[in-house]
Amino acid sequence: MSMENALPISHRQRLWLYALGGLVMLFLIAPSVIIVIMSFSGSSLLEFPPQEWSLRWYESYFGSLEWRDATVVSVKVAVMTAIVATLLGTAAAYAINARTLRLTGLINALLTASLIIPVILIGIGTFFLYARIGLNNTLTGLVIAHTVQALPLVVLTVLSGLRSYDMNQEMVARSLGAGRFSAFFQVTVPQIRFSIVSGALFAFITSFDEVVVSLFISGGETTTLTRRMFNALRDQIDPTIAAISTCLIVLSIVLLSAAQLFGRGR
Amino acid sequence: MSLASASLDRAGRPDRGLNADALNADARREAHGLFALLSPGLFLVFAVIIVPVGWLFWLSLFDEAGQLSAANYARFFEQASYIKTFVTTFKVAFFVTGACVLFGYPLAYMLSQLPRRAASICLIFVILPFWTSVLVRTYAWLVILQRKGLVNTWLMDLGVIGQPLPLANNFAGVVIGMTHIMLPFLVLPLYASMKAIDVDCLRAGMNLGASPAATFRQIFFPLSLPGLASGLVIVFVLCLGFFVTPALMGGGKVIMWAMRMEQTTSLYSNWGAGAALGVVLLAVTLALLGLFHWLLGTRVTGVWSRR
Repeated sequence: MSMENALPISHRQRLWLYALGGLVMLFLIAPSVIIVIMSFSGSSLLEFPPQEWSLRWYESYFGSLEWRDATVVSVKVAVMTAIVATLLGTAAAYAINARTLRLTGLINALLTASLIIPVILIGIGTFFLYARIGLNNTLTGLVIAHTVQALPLVVLTVLSGLRSYDMNQEMVARSLGAGRFSAFFQVTVPQIRFSIVSGALFAFITSFDEVVVSLFISGGETTTLTRRMFNALRDQIDPTIAAISTCLIVLSIVLLSAAQLFGRGR
Repeated sequence: MSLASASLDRAGRPDRGLNADALNADARREAHGLFALLSPGLFLVFAVIIVPVGWLFWLSLFDEAGQLSAANYARFFEQASYIKTFVTTFKVAFFVTGACVLFGYPLAYMLSQLPRRAASICLIFVILPFWTSVLVRTYAWLVILQRKGLVNTWLMDLGVIGQPLPLANNFAGVVIGMTHIMLPFLVLPLYASMKAIDVDCLRAGMNLGASPAATFRQIFFPLSLPGLASGLVIVFVLCLGFFVTPALMGGGKVIMWAMRMEQTTSLYSNWGAGAALGVVLLAVTLALLGLFHWLLGTRVTGVWSRR
């Protein structure tokens, strides 16, 4: 550990750098911390630090049918997106990793297209397409749109797992008489399961936090949590959103820690 | 036999043995199987991204009367409101990218110099916001920067200012909020490239008598430039098409490209005009990424795998 930093510069000479870096880290983390603290405020003025403490904004969140419905929609869509994107993404990553197919460049470009194409264009385009085939304001439509957004993350995560795995093990299993599928599920999957689970978690959070496309294609009974939050924020700053935001921050922390823990199991 | 065929196929050796036909058929079956694994994902991307975007492109070529025309594109040069939108968008993108470099470079540099353990703890400060909803972070900045928000209250209590500063619902608010959202996109690739710089190069420089400042300026900084360029391009491109933060923090005064697209299609139902805006945005995005690829010979998207 000391070897990698064996430059003859003392920590003292670097104090200014640590101070600067620390300030930027503060800038990055402060908004989340402030929102979490404010969400326990008893007043509707959003003062900081709060003069009195209460859980009223959480009660207002969990007590509201509208917010609860939107949360349920978001959870449903995110779970289904995670499942579909993980299945399709793992299959695609396996095929790409075999490197026997032609047109790999085109395939990669297609699979990662949703990372490059401006999301507003995808939102408008999807709305336009869905209007023709009746998928607007449906769970199916949301899951399909979110799956496309999450797919590149799953492919890249699983691919990095496969790259550090020796595919010959699967070959050995097959030469010993295992079928294609049993070789994959009994030999390969257990060894890349951490990447697959990380990919699934990333897919879940991508779907749960997705705003722009949902703004166009969700509504009515399938209004997602982020769409409702966006509309609420356009009108006024409702402190209930501080409570919802805190829940979302906690969710991010939990999922990231889970991905980290799984990653460490490698 | 599929095993033998696969290894032969992989080695790319032409097979002229007795069972060449059988082996070739097997290899073909293998390729078909792999393509079958890819096809559901490719189909979804094709159906939900390529088809609608192509459709919008087609729409943008017709005017409101349904005649083939360049009217949707011509209006970008004719109407002052469009020109203003483009100017605002590029101005925001420049300011945000500049702020990200200013804040992100020192942070990435510090992270790259810290011992592994300390660096991975400090990285949490970058990764956690990265994975926190953009809406949540925009809301936080609204609360912090608004007229009676945190910053104004504190500054007034301290007696620094007499009147609340206009920080939210304007250009400054959009830039501050977006800088916070874009910063990790710059720091993560930059940190990765700084980590890859060989410490021996720096040590050699110092052994030869260079001061720490000179070592940084003449060795470290030039070596970190490709990573910086990569982060810069990502941030700039993302800024051009960004929607959520300007829509919520612009106070209706800062109209950026993506907001204009939303207004034209949702509010005025002018699909041709909105589509044309999207086509130009996509063209600019691809041109910038292509330019980067051409200049540095590396892809920008690789960075995403770190997310």
